[in-house]
Amino acid sequence: MRKIDWKILTNGFIKENPVLVLILGTCPTLAVTTLAKNGIGMGLAATFVLLGSNIVISLLKNIIPDKVRIPCYIVVIAGFVTILSSLLQAYVQDVYSALGIFLPLIVVNCIILGRAEMFASKHNVFEAALDGIGMGLGFTLALVIIGSIREILGSGTWFGIPVTVNLFDPLSIFVLAPGGFLVYGCVIAAVNKLTSGKAIKKKEFGCEGCPNASACGSCNGCAEGEKGEC
Amino acid sequence: MELFKNMMFILLTSSIVENVVLAKFLGCCPFLGVSKKLDSAVGMSSAVIFVMLMATAVTWPIYTYMLEPNSLGYLQTIVFILVIAALVQLVEFMMKKYMKPLYRALGVYLPLITTNCAVLGVTLLNLENHYNFGESMVNALGTGLGFMIAMVLFAGVRGKMESSEVPKSFQGIPITLIAASIVSMSFMGFANVANGIFK
Repeated sequence: MRKIDWKILTNGFIKENPVLVLILGTCPTLAVTTLAKNGIGMGLAATFVLLGSNIVISLLKNIIPDKVRIPCYIVVIAGFVTILSSLLQAYVQDVYSALGIFLPLIVVNCIILGRAEMFASKHNVFEAALDGIGMGLGFTLALVIIGSIREILGSGTWFGIPVTVNLFDPLSIFVLAPGGFLVYGCVIAAVNKLTSGKAIKKKEFGCEGCPNASACGSCNGCAEGEKGEC
Repeated sequence: MELFKNMMFILLTSSIVENVVLAKFLGCCPFLGVSKKLDSAVGMSSAVIFVMLMATAVTWPIYTYMLEPNSLGYLQTIVFILVIAALVQLVEFMMKKYMKPLYRALGVYLPLITTNCAVLGVTLLNLENHYNFGESMVNALGTGLGFMIAMVLFAGVRGKMESSEVPKSFQGIPITLIAASIVSMSFMGFANVANGIFK
């Protein structure tokens, strides 16, 4: 048996963090991180779907015809999302209502489709499962960091515990839409600074990071002009 | 008159007050990715308006007349994403064959839109808000227009940003997000405008 490469698991945490380095899945990142708790909920929900879809797609990689692979992946992912939302609705009602419309929208989360296309369809089941867990936890980590910053500055609490009572009044702008963009931008800049620009190889939104790259016509169109039209 | 008022209320709310990108965070990827040049921003958002209207016109009846009566509501995610994907493909073929100029303008953006969360999002929100068919279509139009407004405005902002000096760590993605934050802040000024006019 081949030696297992544990790096696959840890890659997702920092080096290839899907949110902070690959810049995928921006919508849920911005939308649910008003509270650190919601960040964990969303992160674990996505981890579940990512793990499930990576395993199934890796198992089916020889059966799925190449031409219709994207629709096939989407069906697998949508199946897991449906299972997940039924489970959450039954057992964890408050997470279900906090995530709201972003729970079904995990289907179109670029991270999951991206990993299916870039990783699961090319590796064996065990590696795909490790990658799913690693990427999912990296996503959760990023959401908790952004969620914590927004919650502490915006509501003065952390996981519901008041922390800034005597220090300053909460700046409610941070839990609103502009704060989301601002904190996300600053966190990416901080990662950029800490890794002295090594982490983010592409300075712009480019086709390499885009999971639809192979399916999307505009990437071929990009070639004529500059890249980054995806 | 009451009907007209209601429609205008939905249109104004979905396009400006609760802008799809800047307030609801749907469709951030194309918003940040394609807004670099004005013409591609316009092309992308026209394609989004078009697909949103079609997706709503198809998914609303499917949910109301097929899924809901058979209590299959929980299948909506799978059904909707497949319907939207198939629809986009079909429209692309038809456009290519019969509407060449339109295809040249929107064609490259169509495959991208299948996995745009704003499109799936608007069809799901229509059901969540219990809109009837007319209201759903108006909501889809308003959301699409809101997407276009955000894209066009942001393309302008990014044009200005090109010529400004940015600290090294902030270059590229971070500064784009911070610019988006400022644009989004300006849209907060519209809060309650629709209520003030129509209610």
